[in-house]
Amino acid sequence: MKRVYVNEEWCLGCHLCEYNCAFANSGARDMVTALKGKPILPRIRVEGEGDVTYAVSCRHCRDPICIRGCISGALHKEGGTVCIDREKCVGCLTCVLLCPYGAVLPGPDGAAMKCELCLKNACGEPACAAGCPNRAIVYEEREEETV
Amino acid sequence: MSGINFLFPEFEVVRNDDRCIRCRVCERQCANEVHFYDAARDRVFSDESKCVNCQRCVSLCPTRALKIVRSDCRLRENANWDSDTIREVYKQAESGGVLLSSMGNPKPLPVYWDKLLINASQVTNPSIDPLREPMETRVFLGKKPKTLERDGNGKLKTELTPQLELDIPVMFSAMSYGSISYNAHASLARAATALGTCYNTGEGGLHEDFYKYGPNTIVQVASGRFGVHEDFLQAGAAIEIKMGQGAKPGIGGHLPGAKVGPDVSRTRMIPEGSDAISPAPHHDIYSIEDLRQLVWSLKEATGHVKPVIVKVAAVHNIAAIASGIARSGADIIAIDGFRGGTGAAPTRIRDHVGIPIELALASVDARLREEGIRDRVSLVAGGSIRSSADVVKAVALGADACYIATAAVLALGCHLCRTCQSGKCNWGIATQRPDLAKRLNPDIGSQRLINLMTAWKREIMELMGGMGINSIEALRGNRLMLRGVGLNETELRILGVSHAGE
Amino acid sequence: MKRYVIVGGGIAGVSCVEGIRSRDPEGEITLVAAEETSNYGRPLISYYLEGKTDLRRMSWRGEDFYEKNRVTALHAAAAEKLDPAAGELTLSTGARLPYDALCVCTGSHPFSPRFEGLETVEKRFFFTTMADALALEQTVTKESRVLVVGAGFIGLKCAEGLRDRAGSVTVCDLAEHAMSANLDPDCAPILERHLVKSGLRLLLGNTVTRFEGQKAHMQSGETLEFDVLVIAIGVRPETGLFAAAGGDVGRGIRVNEKQETSLPKIWAAGDCTESMDVSAGEPGVLAVLPNAALQGFCAGANMAGGAEVFDKGIKMNSIGFFGLHIMSAGSYTEPIYTEVAEDGCKKLFAKDGVLTGFILIGDVARAGIYTSLIRERTPLESVDLEALKKAPSLLPLGRAYRAEKLGGAV
Repeated sequence: MKRVYVNEEWCLGCHLCEYNCAFANSGARDMVTALKGKPILPRIRVEGEGDVTYAVSCRHCRDPICIRGCISGALHKEGGTVCIDREKCVGCLTCVLLCPYGAVLPGPDGAAMKCELCLKNACGEPACAAGCPNRAIVYEEREEETV
Repeated sequence: MSGINFLFPEFEVVRNDDRCIRCRVCERQCANEVHFYDAARDRVFSDESKCVNCQRCVSLCPTRALKIVRSDCRLRENANWDSDTIREVYKQAESGGVLLSSMGNPKPLPVYWDKLLINASQVTNPSIDPLREPMETRVFLGKKPKTLERDGNGKLKTELTPQLELDIPVMFSAMSYGSISYNAHASLARAATALGTCYNTGEGGLHEDFYKYGPNTIVQVASGRFGVHEDFLQAGAAIEIKMGQGAKPGIGGHLPGAKVGPDVSRTRMIPEGSDAISPAPHHDIYSIEDLRQLVWSLKEATGHVKPVIVKVAAVHNIAAIASGIARSGADIIAIDGFRGGTGAAPTRIRDHVGIPIELALASVDARLREEGIRDRVSLVAGGSIRSSADVVKAVALGADACYIATAAVLALGCHLCRTCQSGKCNWGIATQRPDLAKRLNPDIGSQRLINLMTAWKREIMELMGGMGINSIEALRGNRLMLRGVGLNETELRILGVSHAGE
Repeated sequence: MKRYVIVGGGIAGVSCVEGIRSRDPEGEITLVAAEETSNYGRPLISYYLEGKTDLRRMSWRGEDFYEKNRVTALHAAAAEKLDPAAGELTLSTGARLPYDALCVCTGSHPFSPRFEGLETVEKRFFFTTMADALALEQTVTKESRVLVVGAGFIGLKCAEGLRDRAGSVTVCDLAEHAMSANLDPDCAPILERHLVKSGLRLLLGNTVTRFEGQKAHMQSGETLEFDVLVIAIGVRPETGLFAAAGGDVGRGIRVNEKQETSLPKIWAAGDCTESMDVSAGEPGVLAVLPNAALQGFCAGANMAGGAEVFDKGIKMNSIGFFGLHIMSAGSYTEPIYTEVAEDGCKKLFAKDGVLTGFILIGDVARAGIYTSLIRERTPLESVDLEALKKAPSLLPLGRAYRAEKLGGAV
């Protein structure tokens, strides 16, 4: 399947992915309306500083431990994408306890939130990759995926 | 010197606060530290005095909240004492130094390309549709035999001298590793390979990672001989002796020690942190005979399989110089016009020395023809070739191929802010700072170069087709395909073209 | 066609179905559930009382799970006898279920010490099943005074769930601190303050000595009047069926890393088992939902001929009370980092060069990075420990790790 891959070598630490993510998931028509004067709650986060920066978002693991450990069954797979039914989520954050990448995050309303590859918002493909100025984040099929 | 600073900021950063979402990408991306976020006031501010108008922030601002405009603060200028001239006086009065600039000559001197128009077929000699008919843009650079001999089976008996084969009549001209970043070099090397053309190492040696692009590399030997060794010479498809450069004819080069990091130091074979100073002349070349020695030494060193290019700046007596070079054994002459770019040059040299490439090219081509030695060399024209139309015009004036560099770095993201010498290129091109250099991902850079050249190639084919010409070699020196507009008799004579309407 | 029988319809049982179906789409699966309902996350019952979920949303793998996976699910069915020699399970109805592979997922049962006079309490409940929650929902009114005995996470979650439904909620525990099994004395007071601030009454180091109708006589001498009693002292693995069949039982059903038991063709998974705790280096009952799910899947896959292992088991728990999040994992060996504030804390424990446990209260962001270090037994010398102590991040794990995990499929 196509996944978001991070090429650390090319990450500029510009944080645009975070803003593009927050915008894509806001449902608003333009970024200013979506983000101006509001807390930014992206599902992708840039880590590191100075020379080493990179973005972290859900890896959509083949066998995601978050799905196994989710007490409400809110986390599930759609195709290969790990999605969260935020209606079902009770906010226990067991997924946060389990995700080895720290990629599932507490959301603003108590429920957990995570990257769903923008498949469910108007963007249609990951906004982080589409907006990355240096192709440090790419959305593509890679050979190892044939497993 | 301290005291009053006479220089007001040239640019103004206009931030639309209604649109600014405080993402601070401008702050993070400006190596000149123009933008800064004030948490107490939750606003982003700018220090315009540092702005070079490279437009990095403008390009990355996700809400298009930024624009950079020329300050409308005006000096009391007049037609004689214009603003730039006055500012230069202020700068020198302040610093006491030689003014430094980069990229090409910005002065409003004539651009002859824009005064030359290309022909097209009507009715007779019908035009050719490049989408339907084969169209050849391949060129071979090198000496051409006067006659060809074949044996009884039709096999070629004439021994050909080495040729540089190019799929398009455009190459990337010399930019050294040091003046531009590793990633800029990687982009050029990969694009040249994909396009079937060549890029040029400049006088910076060849990084070990790029030897694999050797068949598409021109290795340069210049007055400092930096990075020149046997493997380097063997690696390239051709060897270029750089005698001069259009942006700074008559002077050498200077890479400040700050840019000589471990990688650059190893590649150039000079100590880390030391200034790399290329002398004005080659200290072993004071005559065509001396040049001939170097040409043949290089050929000897590489087994006579690679063409040798001699690159000179377009200067007053270029025709005579080219004639000499053609007799020196060189296979290719590259002529660099006075609008050619550079990573750093003394402003006065850049702006006042040398002549336009159009005139130089036309007179060299004419002179070599007159002397019957045009077939001894190929001609490469460089120094501000800006479009496919410039390429077609250059070929019609007699060039076998063109060199481009400014257009290539523009494709990579250069915004012509002309502060390469600062080493703080926000686009990751003219810098050795790792955090800045990584901004140029060669995956993107090479693709943009490939796109640009692919577009030019299509346009060249369109223009050729319009003229009813299906091979670029058939256009070479075909000045009947050009007409001048607004040119005087002398200019037309030198260019060898008739005036439009004639 | 292979015949599979699963005893238990909790998370381990349902995950066992997933494990079987990951390898065998054909085999015949019968699932025997003791409760009226199955396939729900047991910890959700307090959220149900709190009104954060409902019966429909509580279905763990969806209401059509059994149908989609072609499972014959028998509800309110008691497994009475397991005959490993015959390969047969007998239900209380007398029905016999022959099997080729069976998985015991019987979970646990609530444990209650003998309180004098407990039988005199009319409205008393445990809090481990949906039925318990539904019964409490019916019983507790805005006037009810609720007494919860046990300040572990079951008792406290119950108290949280009931706070807005009841008149008052008091929680008592013999232990000096709340959640004494998960928190240490440094961290527990943070929770206790928060619980009190949120409207619970806490009686710690103090428990009931004797019940007398609606009165509880406390160890302190105090007498507490209440209307509804919830016993939440703890749970014990439900091993009866398996033990009676002659299987090897310690504190729980003993399983190896393939979830095999001592009996042929019988696997076990979930809260009823005892398995290796990699953070402690010894077996333990790792009774939390994620482990049940992982074990159940592993058992199911292996029952269908797979070679899965569950070899990274640790105790771990993520829980929130009135908006305060608490996470704990592993074994509390030697503290290597302690940060205790008024409203939050962070404690990390390590032994023999690996992280073995942590407690986080308040800021729990990205705790999974720590959990992963414990489960994977990542040598701490291979990471930038000082940076990692400050904040969980992939930065201290090194470029190679990131290239593998962020640049590749995992």
